[in-house]
Amino acid sequence: MLSSSVIVGASFAYLVVLFGVALYGDRRADAGRSLIANPWVYALSLAVYCTAWTYYGSVGRAATTGLGFLPVYLGPTLVMGVSWLVLLKMVRISKAYRITSIADFIASRYGKSRLLASMVTLFAVIGIVPYIALQLKAVSSEYGLLTGAHPGTSGDWYRDTALYMALVLAAFTMIFGTRHLDATERHEGMVAAIAFESIVKLVAFLAVGVVVTYFIFDGWEDLFVRAAIAPDLAPLLSLDMAGSKADWFALTVLSALAFLMLPRQFQIAVVENVDERHLKRATWLFPLYLLLINIFVLPIALGGMLRFPADVIDPDSFVLTLPLAEGYSTLTLLAFIGGLSAATSMVIVETIALSTMVCNDLVMPLLLSSQRFRRWAPHDLTGLLLLIRRGAIVVILLLGYLYFRLAGQAYALVSIGLISFAAVVQFAPALLGGMYWRGATRNGAVAGLTAGFCVWLYTLLLPSFAKSGWLPMTFVDSGMFGIELLMPERLFGFGDVNATTHALFWSMLANIGAFVTVSLWRPPTAVEAGQASVFVDILKREPRGAARFWRGQAKIDDLLALLARFLGAERVRTNFLAYAHSQGVEQIEDLEADGHLVHFAETLLAGAIGSVSARVMIASVVQEETLGLEEVMNILDEASQVRAYSRELEEKSQALQAATEDLRAANERLKELDRVKDDFMSSVTHELRTPLTSIRAFSEMLLDDPKIDLAERKRFLGIIVEETERLTRLVNQVLDLAKIESGHAQWHETDVDLIELINHVATTAGQLVRNRQAELTLELPVSVPVLRVDRDRLIQVLTNLIGNAARFVPDEGGVVRVVLSESEVGVRVDVCDNGPGIPQEVQSEIFEKFRQASGSGGKPTGTGLGLPISRQIVEQFGGRLWVTSRPGEGAVFSFELPRKLAVSTGESDAQG
Amino acid sequence: MTQSKKILIADDEPNIVISLEFLMKREGFQVSVAGDGEEAIAKIRSESPDLVLLDVMMPKKSGFDVCQEVKGDPALSATRILMLTAKGRDTEMAKGLALGADAYMTKPFSTKDLVDQVKQLLGSDA
Amino acid sequence: MRKALARQRLIACTLFAALVFNAPLLWLFDASVAVFGVPLVFLSMFGIWAAVIAVLAWIVESGFR
Repeated sequence: MLSSSVIVGASFAYLVVLFGVALYGDRRADAGRSLIANPWVYALSLAVYCTAWTYYGSVGRAATTGLGFLPVYLGPTLVMGVSWLVLLKMVRISKAYRITSIADFIASRYGKSRLLASMVTLFAVIGIVPYIALQLKAVSSEYGLLTGAHPGTSGDWYRDTALYMALVLAAFTMIFGTRHLDATERHEGMVAAIAFESIVKLVAFLAVGVVVTYFIFDGWEDLFVRAAIAPDLAPLLSLDMAGSKADWFALTVLSALAFLMLPRQFQIAVVENVDERHLKRATWLFPLYLLLINIFVLPIALGGMLRFPADVIDPDSFVLTLPLAEGYSTLTLLAFIGGLSAATSMVIVETIALSTMVCNDLVMPLLLSSQRFRRWAPHDLTGLLLLIRRGAIVVILLLGYLYFRLAGQAYALVSIGLISFAAVVQFAPALLGGMYWRGATRNGAVAGLTAGFCVWLYTLLLPSFAKSGWLPMTFVDSGMFGIELLMPERLFGFGDVNATTHALFWSMLANIGAFVTVSLWRPPTAVEAGQASVFVDILKREPRGAARFWRGQAKIDDLLALLARFLGAERVRTNFLAYAHSQGVEQIEDLEADGHLVHFAETLLAGAIGSVSARVMIASVVQEETLGLEEVMNILDEASQVRAYSRELEEKSQALQAATEDLRAANERLKELDRVKDDFMSSVTHELRTPLTSIRAFSEMLLDDPKIDLAERKRFLGIIVEETERLTRLVNQVLDLAKIESGHAQWHETDVDLIELINHVATTAGQLVRNRQAELTLELPVSVPVLRVDRDRLIQVLTNLIGNAARFVPDEGGVVRVVLSESEVGVRVDVCDNGPGIPQEVQSEIFEKFRQASGSGGKPTGTGLGLPISRQIVEQFGGRLWVTSRPGEGAVFSFELPRKLAVSTGESDAQG
Repeated sequence: MTQSKKILIADDEPNIVISLEFLMKREGFQVSVAGDGEEAIAKIRSESPDLVLLDVMMPKKSGFDVCQEVKGDPALSATRILMLTAKGRDTEMAKGLALGADAYMTKPFSTKDLVDQVKQLLGSDA
Repeated sequence: MRKALARQRLIACTLFAALVFNAPLLWLFDASVAVFGVPLVFLSMFGIWAAVIAVLAWIVESGFR
């Protein structure tokens, strides 16, 4: 025995620590450094699944069924394996629409139905309150066991530990569950505390397991071998006692579904989820937790049964009695704390979840629809909301306590674990069906829930009441009205399975049958169709798609005032301002009161008072048009067409991507060419307009003013002629260049002797040089190979080069030299001047179109096309044209023509 | 009336300079000439003309640069600028006006229009 | 691509676990054989469970982004 003061002291100390953890979690959340934004914490908090029923009850089940306790944990393992398929969707939907409870979720899916919301809440309360009672019973009876006091049913209520535990938990839950009204209904401190409790219960249970296996007994082998030779224990080592294969399968399915449907699991896994990526780690971490907490269950059960004589000690309490009997008092205390943590974590979360449901889905819709309430309600409803929430917590916990006092050791309490599971599993068809099946309707959900719940009541709950002696056993043994086919545990004669499997089968049959049949009876209404698409397609579509189904008129002020009543003015303004910024608007007043805004407001409100009440309240301040089913379907069709189209596009786009790359490159090249062409055109324009300007100006002056004297007239007319020549030259050269570049130029190739050709050019182009008072000298060898080229083109090149040189020679003492020689490549011509030379940096530029260097002659005789044309011509013959120059030392323009152009030597003296 | 007004012609095309010079002198303006952008700036500073006939495409400093420099200098910003360009693009015109040019004409221009424009610019100043 | 692959792996792994954790496969291990004194069914039950968890962990931690 342990003294009660030690246990109470330790329990109290534990609760203080828990309080501290929760407080720290909340503080961190307020400071913006969330403690629970962590995948490990999320996975650990999921372990709220393991209640006192696991902690104590698993060993008890193992003592009678061997491994038969395991399916309860295999089911959730399987669900976590596909968590991204189911849980992720639930998390997405709930986040997008600020759904805060399972009742809200189901009601919201079926058009924010008030009936469904209250039904689910009511069923959940009926199904779960006994489960809470079981937790209280577990702690109180184990406490009694350790201290020798008699728990529960007898004695004065004010000396009952369970009552005080209920009250302490109510206080804790109120503090951390309703500390403030959060539009997301998230409780960081509470989650931190739950994660902490998960660690405590796991460590405690493992400690007991290790001590039992290795200290009290001599390891696994010792335990199992000794059990194998004990006749009443040997069957536990096989699956013989685990129930039928059907029972095993049914229990796996039941626990898998319950894991998703239990309000506390929905609260922790969906509502309290901070980041959906946390699901990733939980996929394996939570199953690992389940494995660890179960690995010593059978050894402890076997150990207890080997250690104690049969039927003296309840196997449910082996976790405590084994270490206690062997004198491990500290371990016993730790084990008790572990059990306490398992019970408290379940009670806290379940109570928060239920109170949210009761407040948002039962009380608020009732209040808000009452005319009298509307008249008397205070303007600021935040206080009232918290009050209802807190009241619900106290009421639920006291109900749990009451049930515990009434039921005591009765069968109805002991077996409530699976009965609870079977109750919440009735939500599965409506919830899961609603998430994947567009055709599901509100009436279908109502029918399914009702049918399932009635069958559950008849096949599971009422028999458990009968077994507790509250109802006559006759209806269980011989059926309702004495009709054998209606025997609640052998309905229609189906009785080869245990009661749970039996109830699960019939209730699911009724539930799913009614759900599907009634859903198919009529097409969904407009609202249902809209919500269905929103839920089913959540992974494909942006959440705000719901706003598409809204049409009407709203005033921002009305919305602000309404929300402020429930959330407080400041919080509402902050949220609206954030929304305004996300819409690219500075002020709330500048927001457009459209469907998106109304949807945003409704979602915000739904976080605080549930989607059903939020719908009612929003509808009261905005004028809405009801969309017909056809309109909704049109919107949906459009959306699905767009989706199909986008999927198609996605497929094509990959194939197109490569092509796009090529196209982009080609386009870049084209753009570059375009730019070059543009530049060219712009330059041509400039070069054309410049001489035209002079011609027009002088012509107009001559025309306007007959009094201009003769000398001026002559000078002006001279300029006009000169500029006209310049224009002609430009036009010719532009055409010439265009012809050469496009390859349309005609080449008349003849045998050309360069010596003769240079002499010829010297006489014609020499005039240009002499005009500049400069000297033209020729340095020619005796003979060079005769080349087969276009004579006129070559004359054009030479004339251009000599003309250029003439423009750049100094005004006095200018010399232009033309040098002909044979080089390695072939025949080379150099045209040298003694002008200023060309700076290195512009040497390549001068071969570009319209980039002429300014000459010293003053007159702009060049067109800027001579050199580019010359280069084109030389290159056409396979030669090259270049310039060498050093500033101050003149410039040398050279070109080489390759030897391969040479006519064979025998004909070298051909015509000139 | 406008006898005392001074005009600077900034262009690198000698024949255009000759024609502009003749035109402006005939209208009775005092005329000076600059052959490139730098010279134009120097003469605007030293002679402070009332109006500059400014070519865009000039060596050393483009007409745009000159215009920007003049309009950016409070001491010179009263100088009227009439930009002339042989590139007839809208963007060029927009750029010139954005830089603060008072008017913009494309080459080839009608001598009558040019004279009218010059008179108008100087008249509004008087 | 990798995400889709990881999802398919998760489904396959879960289906495998669901099959192995139920009749008739699980009952195949229900022989009165003990390995180091530990009954085969107990050992294989937890062994397979641990293996499934390990595979799940490998899939989500390596391929699920």
